[in-house]
Amino acid sequence: MIAAIHLSPGQVAASLVLVGVAALVSVWQRADLERDIAVATVRSFVQLTAIGYVIKVIFDQNNLAFVIALLAAMVLFGSITARGRAKRVPGAFWPLLLALALAGSTTLGLVVALGVFKPQARYLVPVGGMVIGNAMTAAAVALNRLGDDVADGAAQIEATLALGATASQAMRPLLKRSLRSGMIPLIDSTKTTGLIFFPGTMVGMLLAGAAPIDAVRLQLVLLYVLLGSVALAALTAVHIGYRNFFTEAHQLRELPQPLA
Amino acid sequence: MLFALRDVTYRRGARVILSALTVELQEGMTALVGPSGAGKSTLLRLLNRLADPDGGTIHYRGRDVRDYEVLELRREVALVPQLPALLPGSVADNVHYGPGLCGRQCDVDRALALAGLDGSFAERAAQRLSVGEQQRVMLARALALEPSVLLLDEPTAALDEHSRDAVERTLLDLHARLSAAMVVVTHDRAQARRLGERVLVLDGGRIQPHPQAVSA
Repeated sequence: MIAAIHLSPGQVAASLVLVGVAALVSVWQRADLERDIAVATVRSFVQLTAIGYVIKVIFDQNNLAFVIALLAAMVLFGSITARGRAKRVPGAFWPLLLALALAGSTTLGLVVALGVFKPQARYLVPVGGMVIGNAMTAAAVALNRLGDDVADGAAQIEATLALGATASQAMRPLLKRSLRSGMIPLIDSTKTTGLIFFPGTMVGMLLAGAAPIDAVRLQLVLLYVLLGSVALAALTAVHIGYRNFFTEAHQLRELPQPLA
Repeated sequence: MLFALRDVTYRRGARVILSALTVELQEGMTALVGPSGAGKSTLLRLLNRLADPDGGTIHYRGRDVRDYEVLELRREVALVPQLPALLPGSVADNVHYGPGLCGRQCDVDRALALAGLDGSFAERAAQRLSVGEQQRVMLARALALEPSVLLLDEPTAALDEHSRDAVERTLLDLHARLSAAMVVVTHDRAQARRLGERVLVLDGGRIQPHPQAVSA
């Protein structure tokens, strides 16, 4: 059993000194980030405190319906957030929603079916949160790249369509590049884990007093789960998202202007 | 009749590119001339359905273009875009790409020869060729589809005078050797007269009232 760490509000407040350091750096270097740092600090406090109470209720209830509702809300807000990063992809919300929902449900379903985690709130909520968060980043990066590549390569795509290629055939090299863009960051961080940085779960378990080998095993499980979910999310997002660039007659639509 | 356009309107956002355009394009070689922004390239894109008009109809050899299977139409009515846009890989890869999409074989050397390139180009990296050579590979790539109609968008716009004359000779030679109809878009009136059996002037989204007919 892991010994729980209890931190007082005063200890949390003490860590704000480091936020002060960040703000000082920003002022000193005229980076103009003080406002963002303040917003980030307040938002993280409010959001994490609120989700802490929500999770407490869900853990106490241990009702799968509540877990599914919480994860569905994460998928929804994740899709809305990611849409803001894929401005050049028309109608990006639905591909992102499908990508996150598929990545989350498939990944969690598999780890429960394989007996890695029990179907209980205390496992599904934190793992689901990590899966959906990483899936969101991967899908957003992949779609962002796709939007840029279509805008830059519109002439090449039309030239390929003019030879009788379908939209799917014309987009094949771009889909591959976008998928790689979405997956490479996590693959690279997985390669260097333990050498260059300690991932958060492992750090958290070590701080909480867990045995190092237990911390490592849980971290490995999570890294492997994340690899699968990120691949599914990026794949789904680009393979559904690219269709919005085309009409049914395999015509490239006019590209939308990026939002201000 | 090769193409018959009736009241064709095309808008890009709020801007009207083609306005109730009615025109007939005959078999043979037609040159479409007009200033930049007149809608010439847009018109070509409508002919093989890379885009559809906002209003009006386009008939190709008596049938509405929307009644053709769109991919077959694009193989039959092949468009060579203004700027070279070759795929990574060799010249042969590029020439073979179109026929390969529908499981057809093609004679790369013949397509290259028709476009005025010798067989030694086949294994060269397509994207390392000069602009003039790339333009010819674009032409060879379209010819490999054995199209019934060739749509050429400013085929010499990026070329020097010497290369331009060579491409013009290639196009006239192609027209003499193949039965394919051709529609050539150019901003150069002299070139339009050199290439076209008929010259149509497009300006302000409309065909000008007195198209200049010239003999081949």
